[in-house]
Amino acid sequence: MTVAFLILAVLTVAGTAAAMGLRNAVHCVLALTVGFAGVAAIYLQLDAQFVGLTQIMVYVGAVAILAVFAIMMTQRPTAEKPATYSSFWLTGSVIAAGVFAVLARAILTSGATTAAPAEPQISVQQIGDSLMHQYVLPLEIMGLLLTAALIGAVVIAMDHREESK
Amino acid sequence: MSSLQGYLLLSALLFSIGLAGALTRRNAIIVLVGIELMLNSANLNFIAFWRFGPHPEHLTGIMFAIFSISVAAAEAAVGLGIILAAYRHSKTTDLDQMNSLKG
Repeated sequence: MTVAFLILAVLTVAGTAAAMGLRNAVHCVLALTVGFAGVAAIYLQLDAQFVGLTQIMVYVGAVAILAVFAIMMTQRPTAEKPATYSSFWLTGSVIAAGVFAVLARAILTSGATTAAPAEPQISVQQIGDSLMHQYVLPLEIMGLLLTAALIGAVVIAMDHREESK
Repeated sequence: MSSLQGYLLLSALLFSIGLAGALTRRNAIIVLVGIELMLNSANLNFIAFWRFGPHPEHLTGIMFAIFSISVAAAEAAVGLGIILAAYRHSKTTDLDQMNSLKG
């Protein structure tokens, strides 16, 4: 439990909590990038440099931008501001708090007290080697999934009205 | 409290924040973002267990996290596409007003 971890944890939780609590949707996504960057920094602290940089590129770089684009495409400037929280917000908050209580109790009573082993020396070359040998089938399936998702997202989001006229 | 438990507690907190957002917000995009947060907390668990496990020199945890991040990215793209299609149909992203299946 180092000071660096505590600082990163506070930053991450503050960013994500702001992302879920702010009224303006664009502010939410901006706060979310802070939370995602905090998680990436925690990956770096856990000696998973490659995953940390992937997190920054995919989440901070792509998913947040995608969400901002979606917000801008669905905002109507003339409409009156709708309420931020849904009608059953109290039930939802109680469920989330209950889930956290159960998880925290399970973690604290689990007795997981192992000390971290020595820092592993993992190079990007090793990761690439195992992606091309041991994990080549999952890699190919992932490429297929990403292609299908890309085509599917474009087809779903496309405007079909002009063709039907 | 060991440092592994610290990471697991942080991950549980992130999951609960994402769940609270997904259950209480009215904007469909913010609900999707909350689901992304829950996926992120699962990735944090993968990395924490990999680092504190007996064999961190094997790349299992890293590979799992990388593939999980890819699936989350695909899910975000398809989810936002669905939200755009639903917005075009019902002219709103307010989930409390999207209450009919047939429109």
